Amino acid sequence: MLNRRSLLASGAALLAAPSIVKAQTVVGVTSEEIKIGSIMPYSGPASAYGAIGRLQQAFFKGVNEAGGISGRRINFLSLDDGYQPPKTVEQTRRLVEQDRVAFLFNTLGTPGNTAIQRYVNQRKVPHLFLATGADKWADPQNFPWTIGYQPSYRTEAQIFTKYMLENDRNAKLGILYQNDDFGKDYIAGVRDVLGARFDAVVKTVSYEVTDATIDSQVVQLHGSGVDCLLTAATPKFAAQTIRKVHDIGWRPKMHFLTDVSISVGSVMNPAGPEKGVGILTAAYLKEPTDPTWQADPGMQEWRAWMVKHMPDADQTDGNFVYSYGVSKCLMQVLTQCNGDFSRENVMKQATSLNNVAIPTLINGITVGTSASNFHPIRKMQLAKWDGKTWERFGGLIEGANV
Amino acid sequence: MNGFLHQVIAGIATGGIYASVALALVMIYQATHHVNFAQGEMATFSTYIALTLVNAGWPFWLAFLATVAISFCLGVMIERVLMRPVANASVLTHVGVFIGLVLVVSNLTGWVFDYTVKPFPTPFHDGPLLGGLISGHELGSTAVTLVVLGLVFLFFRYTRLGLAMRAAAYNPASARLVGVRVGWMLALGWGLAAAIGAIAGIMVAPVVFLEPNMMLGILLYAFAGALLGGIDNPGGAVIGGFAVGVIENLGGTYIVGTELKLTLALVIIIGVLLVRPAGLFGRVVLSRV
Amino acid sequence: MASQFSEAPPSLRSGVVRPGFRVDPRLLWAIGIALLLLPLFTAESYRLFQLTLAAIYAIAILGLNLVTGYNGQISLGHGAFYAVGAYVAAIMLDKLSLPWWSTLPAAAVICGIVGWGIGRPALRLGGLYLALTTFSLAVAVPQILKYKGIEDWTGGVQGVLVTKPDAPFGLPLDVDQFLYLVTVGIALGVFVLARNLMASRIGRAMMAIRDHALAAEAMGMDIANLKTATFAVSAMITGLAGALSAIAVEFVSPDSFQATLSITLFVGMVVGGVASIIGPIFGGLFVVFVPNLAEEISKSAPGVIYGCILIAFLFVLPGGVAGLLRRLPALLRRR
Repeated sequence: MLNRRSLLASGAALLAAPSIVKAQTVVGVTSEEIKIGSIMPYSGPASAYGAIGRLQQAFFKGVNEAGGISGRRINFLSLDDGYQPPKTVEQTRRLVEQDRVAFLFNTLGTPGNTAIQRYVNQRKVPHLFLATGADKWADPQNFPWTIGYQPSYRTEAQIFTKYMLENDRNAKLGILYQNDDFGKDYIAGVRDVLGARFDAVVKTVSYEVTDATIDSQVVQLHGSGVDCLLTAATPKFAAQTIRKVHDIGWRPKMHFLTDVSISVGSVMNPAGPEKGVGILTAAYLKEPTDPTWQADPGMQEWRAWMVKHMPDADQTDGNFVYSYGVSKCLMQVLTQCNGDFSRENVMKQATSLNNVAIPTLINGITVGTSASNFHPIRKMQLAKWDGKTWERFGGLIEGANV
Repeated sequence: MNGFLHQVIAGIATGGIYASVALALVMIYQATHHVNFAQGEMATFSTYIALTLVNAGWPFWLAFLATVAISFCLGVMIERVLMRPVANASVLTHVGVFIGLVLVVSNLTGWVFDYTVKPFPTPFHDGPLLGGLISGHELGSTAVTLVVLGLVFLFFRYTRLGLAMRAAAYNPASARLVGVRVGWMLALGWGLAAAIGAIAGIMVAPVVFLEPNMMLGILLYAFAGALLGGIDNPGGAVIGGFAVGVIENLGGTYIVGTELKLTLALVIIIGVLLVRPAGLFGRVVLSRV
Repeated sequence: MASQFSEAPPSLRSGVVRPGFRVDPRLLWAIGIALLLLPLFTAESYRLFQLTLAAIYAIAILGLNLVTGYNGQISLGHGAFYAVGAYVAAIMLDKLSLPWWSTLPAAAVICGIVGWGIGRPALRLGGLYLALTTFSLAVAVPQILKYKGIEDWTGGVQGVLVTKPDAPFGLPLDVDQFLYLVTVGIALGVFVLARNLMASRIGRAMMAIRDHALAAEAMGMDIANLKTATFAVSAMITGLAGALSAIAVEFVSPDSFQATLSITLFVGMVVGGVASIIGPIFGGLFVVFVPNLAEEISKSAPGVIYGCILIAFLFVLPGGVAGLLRRLPALLRRR
């Protein structure tokens, strides 16, 4: 074992072990436990997402209490990077080199994951189900050890743009976006569909997370003569936008809202539920404050789990729904591994998910991967705000085909 | 032209937010000659206290008063517990403690009250006015800011306590000699600043929505406003806050683009300090040899 | 300006160390270098990487200490110079394909120029005004880095990926060991230069300006030029550290240089010891290792723990670690 490790460290394990028929790298797995690493912003500007990591800690504790997986308990190491890429690199190296985890799971944030992607691929460490909506994680040719999870923001923007063109070929679109990788992915998605027409049809205005309000931006877009609006903003700014658009008497023909900000409890109700009537979004997750899901078995499973394992947590926080789903998805991978937790097999199973149903995904949307498909969740469904709830309409849209 | 006017009015509405926070900054500067970096985080924490009370069924204005009182006590406590032991250390140590305070308060807020965005009630009629460019709440909160400004002015100008506080901050040694209890004056100053911060937070929260980082950007624009108006002049700071709101919107829309709004505030700060270091309305302090 | 520091304990006001007993300096040097080289043979590469980061932060903090600790100009925005240095290195490596060693002097020179440019207007800003202005700069850094006009060079929000250099001349070192050696070597050089600078006439003038600007001027010192030059030198050193960080982390993006970075550098300076040459070493170790410690204590709110540790540290050691070391001989004698 020790010998194998030191060989691996020199990067020559595959060449140096000719006697083994198929090279298997087993790191972080003993007969008693399997070590899994994760990185979350428990401190710093993005600490709201720390909720995702807190649920996962409780989740794997629960798994262990119920007997673990293939006779092993899960040792889940979730470290804080404060959403700073240099710290992400440091913590990743700690997980891989010092703690020797079997693989990384649901590491959060686009910049941090960009910083570590090459490193984990060089080391051939599975880098599973990243918690970021960027589009670039599905690149099996160059990064065979990295796989994303959710539909990308770019896909979502493509869906919106297609829908807009289907309903009004001459629509002019205003985009209000957060000036970072999250917001810019929406612009990229719109550009994918509009192509050369982009500059003639679209007017973009950005805001910074340090802005106090987006009033000025909304007024500016309204004055520029666009008749449709795409809001790629985080919850606080999305709520401000909905209210401001309504208050200045602007009634865009279509108002698209990123699925990051569709929480009924922390966006639609604060903005004023009647002010958002008619807003469109594309969702893949069930929203915890949406009354539609009150009696849904999947959400009831989630609620029961929350009550049992995290009784003090805020059940209106959509991060918990997301986190529960992605954790369930990982359990499916571990079950499929069937006791063989070598890095090769973990990656193989993670990329052989056959329409796995996850209780917190909108009914009909499943997780599916293959050796060439590194987009686990490809489908979304359009929904319209009716003043009380998100009313879904139309069929499931396969984003990657747009 | 219409767009221009709309931007100005929207700027005034946002400027009201900056003005109320700038006022709190000026207060603590007058009372302690410190600029407390944790002011914004403390105000956010106070706002959550108010929300908790309102959600517990308290009438708005009662919750408002209780929050202001609680914040005052917390401010005094922080001065007594955290600032007193390092009173004789260098300014750099003080800034270090402020930073520690920022870390503790901001993370504590998220931990205790969660990170999800919360709506905050307003006591004013919350309909849109002037075609939606300004809301009833924004007018009401501006009025509150002005009332607070008046009270602050009267307090510092016409009461013995106010005079003693100014003296303690301006020249602690001499103040002590004439019998002012400098230590307690500083503590009172912290209390007052925390109380005004709480008012600012409660007035801001219905507009920008309450979450733990609510004050992050606002505080910087408020700094710019306070410096523009003159950090020792409450009235100037209020005007400065409004001015920054308008400049920010016009600059962001017509000149530099919205990506560089904060950079614009930075340029304002540097520009003012270079051209007129005391601010537009501040007293120019001459140092004599 | 002068009044700010008048309350500081005497040990802070003077940068000169006066231990009660003397050890042969050559022995200290030998021990120090041996200690620096030790991790090369004993530490795993992850630890080595952390120590490299600590050394990089130590250099950056030293830069900050020159202008803030020794010269009395409070900067809460040194992350900006660190960012400029890092981007200069990343762009030279990635877009221009220049050798890694050439990025270091280039980053230092460019940051020196930027520092000179910022140091000029900073002259007009005293004390807390400067602190506030530089803090605003720190907050504005990410959005300046994202600016459209320079996106072709900076990679916008996506940032720039770079690659660590291999050891040259077939040295039997892996990339982490080599980078550690380079960083520690540069750190050693910078620290020695800084010590010599502060012990020189110019260093004494810098401190005199901090302690009593008027008197310093009356004695014929060119305050404006000295202060600006100090700012420039400080920015150079911090920028150099930034360049090293880009190479060590192999990635730069606007999110790498948020306001927290400037705060981190400031915290490191205060904890290590204001106006101390060796202080930044402890500061660098503090900012790398203590957040991990805080996280061990509490996952729910590591920031609260870190803040508490910081405040407690300042209460117990108002002069920082260096202040304690300075007082140590006296404390031991009292026993």
